[in-house]
Amino acid sequence: MSTEETKPAAPAESKETKPVAKAEPKELPAFEKSISDKLEKKFGSKTTIEFVKPTRIRVKVNKENVLEVAKFIRDELHFDHAESVSGVDYPSKKEIEVVYHLGSYTDPDLAKQILTLVTSATREENPNPGNDSTRLPSLREIFYSVEFHERECFEMLGVFFEGHPDNRRLLLPEDWADLPPMRKDFKIKGR
Amino acid sequence: MTAQLPPGLEIEKLDERIMTLNVGPQHPGSGHMRLIVKVDGDYIVSCDPDPGYVHRGEEKMAEYRNYITNIPHLERPVIHDSCNVLYPYCLGVEEILGLEVPERAKYLRVIASELNRCVYTQYWLAIYGIFLGHSTMFMWPAGDREFLIDALEKMTGARVTHAYFVPGGIRNDVPANFEDMVLRRVDYFEKRIKEYAAIFYDNPILISRTRDAGVLSREDAIRLGTTGSTLRASGVDFDLRTKEPYDVYEELDVKVNTLKAGDSYARSKIPWLDMLESCNIIRQAVQKMPKSGSVRVKLKPNPKGGNTEVYKRVESGRGSLGCYIVSDSKPEPYRVKMSVGSFRNLICMPYLLKGEKLGNMPAVYWSLNYWPVEADR
Repeated sequence: MSTEETKPAAPAESKETKPVAKAEPKELPAFEKSISDKLEKKFGSKTTIEFVKPTRIRVKVNKENVLEVAKFIRDELHFDHAESVSGVDYPSKKEIEVVYHLGSYTDPDLAKQILTLVTSATREENPNPGNDSTRLPSLREIFYSVEFHERECFEMLGVFFEGHPDNRRLLLPEDWADLPPMRKDFKIKGR
Repeated sequence: MTAQLPPGLEIEKLDERIMTLNVGPQHPGSGHMRLIVKVDGDYIVSCDPDPGYVHRGEEKMAEYRNYITNIPHLERPVIHDSCNVLYPYCLGVEEILGLEVPERAKYLRVIASELNRCVYTQYWLAIYGIFLGHSTMFMWPAGDREFLIDALEKMTGARVTHAYFVPGGIRNDVPANFEDMVLRRVDYFEKRIKEYAAIFYDNPILISRTRDAGVLSREDAIRLGTTGSTLRASGVDFDLRTKEPYDVYEELDVKVNTLKAGDSYARSKIPWLDMLESCNIIRQAVQKMPKSGSVRVKLKPNPKGGNTEVYKRVESGRGSLGCYIVSDSKPEPYRVKMSVGSFRNLICMPYLLKGEKLGNMPAVYWSLNYWPVEADR
């Protein structure tokens, strides 16, 4: 029995162990900047542009102004649908961020772009979903496509969307009686 | 009394005329989900989809594992399309860690994801065929997909759950005779799927069952935020392989298939046209691929990202598939959210099934290219 055959083949990896350092772009991409400038010009201090990267813009808005800003994004900036609605729990900041990723099918210039609209709700220590202050206005009247995404966010994070016609459980069982599972204080057993 | 009950548990008053039917979750006509359908005679009055029977908490699990150990479980939502499901996650982690993928790995990724798209679509087509009562259409795709599964097995080492993509490239290089093997299989596969036109797509019985069933107009497809074949069957030219090309799709010639009708027939035809296009893409990629070179950047154990977030998306077998990763300078991601095509197309169901005949339900439901396991995650 030859040892040559049982020896595993040498792994096909390059020797480079250091990740390639990312060059920080000094100037912001022009097209994305023009979109964020329109938002800044219209709303001023109501919105915070958190970053402008190629094809991605992140805008943070208070929950009082989110409907107004979303309407402007749909009517003037031509973003027409929501790709995803994610809730992110920040126990240290005592808030739950809800992140809308908005895209556009109708405007070919915007096909690459994703506008990230972020708003946040206060976080309750002992949540009682639907009956506490963790509330946000629903964007369903503006972006129809958020309907099921907001329902998922309601059950997973306990954020109640005011004005949503159907704040019901979606993926979890009807009799789920624990914490909303995507909150950070819900721990997986054994971990 | 009903006011105190939690949402979804209210007691409903019985109606003399409207009957409520539970389609699923065990019924094979719906997959692993339930459709609560209200019928008046033979017509559907309303439909309330109830997914969640295969919810496994993939997103929660991802917060407990590091970037590398997340790979094998994040591909589970669609094991038949596992390369495409993992693709946006890998692209996102590469951006977080600042990795540059070798050129050869980029081409091999494209080949693997196109092969996977065909394998998934064949599986879906088999199910679509059997639920329309066409048992030959179950046998043919279920048999033909084995050619490509074998090709993927030689490439990745596993039949369905490949775990082939890793941040920084692919797990292993392909065997020596890979190019010939994959081209021969793709040529034969293309010849076979062209024969489906005569038996299935030109079949008058299929046409009579699916044409004008569940029509989704262009405006509604955009408003509802649908994606993938559902969107392109309604006349919207949107495919991320051309609109936001990732890896080497920019250098390949990709033709986007659109149809205008927006009915079940158009929705069932788009994936088949996509498979033919995938064969072309694989041939181009094999031709342009560098013949040697590294396929993976070596990572440090437990790599950490900065305080950042990414949203990456790719075109999967069921439409745009996005992955939102929030990193907080720890080896584990702070939050991983997968925005999947099936979940985005779920919103069509109450809309399209309203007013249809109950017998048309499987034709409309399966044409949406809906994969319950992916939608539940």
